[in-house]
Amino acid sequence: MEFTNLKGSAVVTAIIEAVCANRDYLSQIDAALGDGDHGINMSKGFFIAGEELSMRDADMSEGFLTIGKVLVGKIGGSMGPLYGSFFIGLAAASKAETVINATVMLNMLKKAYEQTALLTSASVGDKTLIDVLDPAVKAYEEAAVRGGNLEACLSHMLAAAKEGLEGTKAMAAKVGRGSRLGDRAIGHQDAGATSCYIILEAMAEASLRLAKAG
Amino acid sequence: MQRFVNNPDFIVDDMLKGYVKAHGDTVTLSDRNDRVVKRVQAPVEGKVGIVAGGGSGHEPAFLGYVGEGLVDAAAIGEVFASPPAQSFLDAMVEADSGKGVACLFGNYAGDNMNVKMAVQLAEDEGITVKYVTATDDMASSPPETREKRHGIAGGLFMWKAGGARAAMGGSLDEVIASAQKAVDNTRSICVGLGSCTIPAVGSPNFSIEEGKMEFGIGHHGEPGIRVEQLGTANEIAAEMTEAILQDFDFSESENLAVMLSGLGATPLMELYVLYDKVAEILAGQGHRIDRTYIGNYVTSLDMNGVSLTIVRLDEELKELLDYPGQCPAVKY
Repeated sequence: MEFTNLKGSAVVTAIIEAVCANRDYLSQIDAALGDGDHGINMSKGFFIAGEELSMRDADMSEGFLTIGKVLVGKIGGSMGPLYGSFFIGLAAASKAETVINATVMLNMLKKAYEQTALLTSASVGDKTLIDVLDPAVKAYEEAAVRGGNLEACLSHMLAAAKEGLEGTKAMAAKVGRGSRLGDRAIGHQDAGATSCYIILEAMAEASLRLAKAG
Repeated sequence: MQRFVNNPDFIVDDMLKGYVKAHGDTVTLSDRNDRVVKRVQAPVEGKVGIVAGGGSGHEPAFLGYVGEGLVDAAAIGEVFASPPAQSFLDAMVEADSGKGVACLFGNYAGDNMNVKMAVQLAEDEGITVKYVTATDDMASSPPETREKRHGIAGGLFMWKAGGARAAMGGSLDEVIASAQKAVDNTRSICVGLGSCTIPAVGSPNFSIEEGKMEFGIGHHGEPGIRVEQLGTANEIAAEMTEAILQDFDFSESENLAVMLSGLGATPLMELYVLYDKVAEILAGQGHRIDRTYIGNYVTSLDMNGVSLTIVRLDEELKELLDYPGQCPAVKY
């Protein structure tokens, strides 16, 4: 199971559409713990990247790099650098590849996670996007080590991501502005973890569609 | 709530257009980046550059403190969101005359990430940048993790101390040391009585029940230390003053600067009502108030609330506070 980097531009489009479609939902979730602008800032960045990409033919890696550069250069907040580094990592680990298979995807996810983790002291259990990203990348890797194909790896990844996302509801916030709520944050899902799940889900689903279409 | 707005998504850009028209003799937008406000004279030859920055919605911070003897360039973010690394970098470039740049900002996760990325990018361009983060909000973390505290209204003293040291001809290390000294001797606490609304969101950020107050609320509506029954002005002033004195733990009578800043929707009248009690308590404990600042210095959109900031002064800090400086937000 694989798809070409060129056709992978559909994965970039799917992620952009998913983030923009969830603008209000993400803001609503953020309002409980933060200041309610997560969806606004995220969709703004992904929308600008979509506009830039609509003006040229870019493959998947170039598309990810564009998203990353817009997030780092224009969006700011915490999410600009964190997701910016994530997408720049996805691009860096795939730009030399013409074909995206289960191994390339593993390298992309690991690189993206590594780049993101450099910027934050958050670890698993702190109620952040790391609670989705960390188990997702580890689950993908486990499935890959067992010899799973792209579909097996991605579905394993999504199941772990979903579990991680649900898990943030029971956590007290320890990092970021939500941390001032401490135990008062318990019961609410984390906004950054939610957007991380939405991105991974769109990425996995679009990749599988491409791989199955051959 | 009704407000004066065109398209709420562009409120920061609209504000900046008006700002540089109103204060065109002092400031201008950077040619490199229309989210950077710089002094007309920046970079000033032979002087260490001072950069500030942060999310919008705290006006007159941060752009109001760009001026002579203060900040050379400020990176302006979306409402309540850190400016991107690129904007901090462009502000650093605009402020640098070759003597290096001191980046003085509030200690929030987003600002920290973007400034650190910008410092690396600036290094690539041959600009030396060092930074200090304001950590005056004593409600944001307990004393044992003081380094995690957020920067709020007390950041003003960091900009003033660093800006004055730079204007006196200090080196980058001297500027950093002066700004850090101001930070180390500054504490603030806020009380919120009513929420604030981010224009692009359109609904209040949080809620405070009628008859209650949030003691220790943050500058973006972050929850405080506790929710309490609303007290009288005297009771609130006493509680705020005691909280800061306890955190400082002074062993002798001190010389102090005191600032009461409204958070956006609190009448000046009420700030003076509070100040009467604050001053009475401080004097009663043998402290001397050398400098007083009452007004809207660092706000939180339309929040009804107030921040109390107390600075312990020594001869150096007094000299730095008194050094001439002029910017649209305040004249020293």
